Amino acid sequence: MSSNIFRFTRRDALKLSVAAAALPVLGGGLARAAGPIKTAAIYTVPVEQQWVSRIHKAATIAKDRGDIEYVFSEKVSNTDYERVMREYCEAGHQLIVGEAFAVEDAARAVAKDYPDRAFLIGSSFKPDAAANPNFAVFDNYIQDASYLTGIIAGALTKSGSIGLVGGYPIPEVNRLMNAFMAGVKESRADAKFQVAFIGSWFDPPKAKETALAQIDAGADLLYAERFGVSDAAKEKGILAVGNVIDTQADYPETVAASALWHFEPTLDAAIAAVKAGSFKADDYGQYSFMKAGGCSIAPYGTFDAKIPADVKAKVAEKEAAIKAGTFTVAIDDNEPKSS
Amino acid sequence: MDAVEILFTASLWAAAIRIASPLIFATLGELICERAGVLNLGIEGIMTVGAFSGWLTVYMGGSLWLGILAAAVAGSAFGLLHALLVVPLGLSQHVTGIGITLLASSLSYYVYRLVFPEVTSPPKIEPFQPWNVPVLSDIPVIGEALFRQTPLTYLAFAAVLLVSWFLYRTPMGLAVRTVGENPSAVEAQGIDVTWVRIAAVMAGSALMGIGGSFLTLSAFNSFFFDMVNGRGWICIALVVFGSWRPGKALLGALLFGLFDAYQLRLQQLAGGYVPYQVFLMLPFVLSIIALIVMSRRAAYPRALMVPYRKGER
Repeated sequence: MSSNIFRFTRRDALKLSVAAAALPVLGGGLARAAGPIKTAAIYTVPVEQQWVSRIHKAATIAKDRGDIEYVFSEKVSNTDYERVMREYCEAGHQLIVGEAFAVEDAARAVAKDYPDRAFLIGSSFKPDAAANPNFAVFDNYIQDASYLTGIIAGALTKSGSIGLVGGYPIPEVNRLMNAFMAGVKESRADAKFQVAFIGSWFDPPKAKETALAQIDAGADLLYAERFGVSDAAKEKGILAVGNVIDTQADYPETVAASALWHFEPTLDAAIAAVKAGSFKADDYGQYSFMKAGGCSIAPYGTFDAKIPADVKAKVAEKEAAIKAGTFTVAIDDNEPKSS
Repeated sequence: MDAVEILFTASLWAAAIRIASPLIFATLGELICERAGVLNLGIEGIMTVGAFSGWLTVYMGGSLWLGILAAAVAGSAFGLLHALLVVPLGLSQHVTGIGITLLASSLSYYVYRLVFPEVTSPPKIEPFQPWNVPVLSDIPVIGEALFRQTPLTYLAFAAVLLVSWFLYRTPMGLAVRTVGENPSAVEAQGIDVTWVRIAAVMAGSALMGIGGSFLTLSAFNSFFFDMVNGRGWICIALVVFGSWRPGKALLGALLFGLFDAYQLRLQQLAGGYVPYQVFLMLPFVLSIIALIVMSRRAAYPRALMVPYRKGER
């Protein structure tokens, strides 16, 4: 029986590997606010999708600028969302960007477990500073830009019948549709709306069929909340108005205007707060407002000559009023109805 | 326009046929598998693979027809995998099928991301355009609905005839039908049951792949991860609706397409008084009712989901 004190047991190996794994975590936690902020984004959809593509773009810009180190996971299912969040927290990321529309409770629970990390999360709800002081929320509050595209749409429709196709009537979608409709009413008081939801985010053939049905029923201008709608408009030679991203390059003859979302002000505000050590459970929704540069109306492009000058003047006037704070576009999250 | 008038518009029927087209292909595919005694729940994933590989082929510079071929080949490759697991190895067809669906759809997206690591919006291709059949497309309503479709839709109708002819008029068709009813009888004829089943599942999966590619090459022009969106599962039900017969399956697919096209138009008519979910539900509810009526006397293939082991008594 020779006992060897230098014997390396499996248990020792295990301890060592745990220690090795813990090292970078500790290192990450300590290296706070010095150099680029370690940022992780978790998306439930691919980065090509309208909404997420804007966040991804802003994060890439911030990365190129040297403000953040950026990693992301896309197409994370809601059932797996919490695990991915925790993994990024464990890996030492200081700023977690994501979307908790369907995992609100779980996301907030994770934030509670990692009080020294900053969470900037897309949400339909408000922040709760008492329960989660490090959980800030945002959403694409681009109703200002949607309203302006509505003014243009109201001026361009001939039949006065406008079709809107959406995925699901969630606040983010409703808000923009309602603002768009309010804008249309501004220039065409007797406009009629056909509102439809397809019950899916990713079924462009279905969105296209829905849009075609609206065209059959007399719509001569479509509000394209989903991919597929602009294709129906192009096929039938009628106009469409884009949302969140600018798709005019793909449909130069038919996409008349688009309301763009710019995530940069939201992200930059969060980065500044983390750097200053002052990140709080704020509502970052306001950074998507036109005042903050969070949204804009896309360049008229191919429609520069097709939109009447008086309409453009009206849009410019409203835009100035919105920026000056003398005019506010109502935020209405209720499900829009056909009229 | 009221609810009844819509029924007489050509655009309603044209939309019904458009919506039905991918379902026709995939239902025929499932039907062939099941006639040979193999339930193929890989259908949803195989359609995704077809949608992706067909689209990618065209995006990479191939012709649209080459895209269809690629979709068929990719579909049958996953069919082969399913068949190998459930025919010679006799594994659970339910579990394997779901596994194939998960594998096939995830793999499609994985390859998509490998090919397109940095894109800001989904890449597009130039899809099939409607091709008006001379003379026939000028017939009011019927002609406008039937003969102003894309070539892929015409192919779907041709496939129904072809599959019917194959199943009921050829010796190979007889062998396929018999391995689904009484495999020992086929064995007694000196035909290998295992190979007939594998071949049938591969052929059926090829059709599912083509059905999926309809979504990216005809109905739309780019690939989205979840775009098959349950169409495969509908086809499983349509096979039952069609009592495992191609003609009746076609009828089922067309009915579903009609219900869907009709609800889209009713939704516009209802003016927001009825929640939109009711309309989205309509094609499914009506299909279930039709299923109950149609399939009361349906007899499923007797050897469906029964693995065949040589020499077993």
